[in-house]
Amino acid sequence: MLETLSQPWPWYVSGAVIALIMVIILFFGKSFGFSSNLRVICAACGAGKRVPFFDFNWKDQRWNLLFLVGAILGGWISSTFLSNGEAVQISQSTIQDIQALGFSAPQGMQPEELFGMESLFSFKTIALLLGGGLLIGFGSRHAGGCTSGHAISGLSNLQWPSLVAVIGFFIGGLIMTFLLFPLIF
Amino acid sequence: MKGLKFTLTGILFGIVMSKSEAISWYRIQEMFRFQSFHMYGIIGTAVVLGVIAVYLIKKYNLRDYQGNPITFTPKEKSVPRYLFGGIIFGLGWALVGACPGPLFVNLGYAYWPILIAIFGGVAGTYLYGVLKDRLPH
Repeated sequence: MLETLSQPWPWYVSGAVIALIMVIILFFGKSFGFSSNLRVICAACGAGKRVPFFDFNWKDQRWNLLFLVGAILGGWISSTFLSNGEAVQISQSTIQDIQALGFSAPQGMQPEELFGMESLFSFKTIALLLGGGLLIGFGSRHAGGCTSGHAISGLSNLQWPSLVAVIGFFIGGLIMTFLLFPLIF
Repeated sequence: MKGLKFTLTGILFGIVMSKSEAISWYRIQEMFRFQSFHMYGIIGTAVVLGVIAVYLIKKYNLRDYQGNPITFTPKEKSVPRYLFGGIIFGLGWALVGACPGPLFVNLGYAYWPILIAIFGGVAGTYLYGVLKDRLPH
């Protein structure tokens, strides 16, 4: 059993479980949307005193922070107990493309070039992670949600604004991948 | 403990995102290069089942565990904020190879440098809060 679970799970299992998580959260009387947590963290740090956007009763969102803690624990459980340590099995063409950018073929879940401990000593990598994070935080709040809030919750409720957001996600992702990556890496 | 169920749901989320490799920068690259069906399969399955679930919840007026009706808040109708915000988000998603959920799941994987991206995410959210009224919505 543990051996089966330690294999990478197929997409249809993952997709079904993600839909289930959205439904479970609805039955808990809440709505699935992860990036709200970033706003809650700002509010919890006292940003509401200066910026009205963060002046709300963030304690109502305590449930989402508990979900966030669970997400971290879930990652830890996977890496500690459910991992066979194999490299991510991406397609050969992707490997060639990222090698052309200077990345080595996958050896684990994440590229050491970005997430290895040496990154902490590279000004460029720190700047990239910080800049990428800024874009994620700023963009998800401007768009009013991220992948979970728009692509999953919003599309499931047939909200066309969420479709616009998802199209935006892809426009941005394609610009980064095809236009900016060759300049950055 | 009342909050435990949310943490347990979060654990399920963290495990499924890890085990389907959706938290991997490599998978996000593969997706944006259209070189595998994997990520599209994950999102597509979730959306198809999600649409059916939401339809059934509305059709049968299902209630949550406390007996309150399950309500859905429609998204505010506009294009600029979703398009511009979406593009900015997408740039960051492709660069870091993670959206907000997986940022934290990766922390559980002990990829410590991702803390820098998480800090950036909080700072970017704060920046949006400061500039909000000057942005197109």
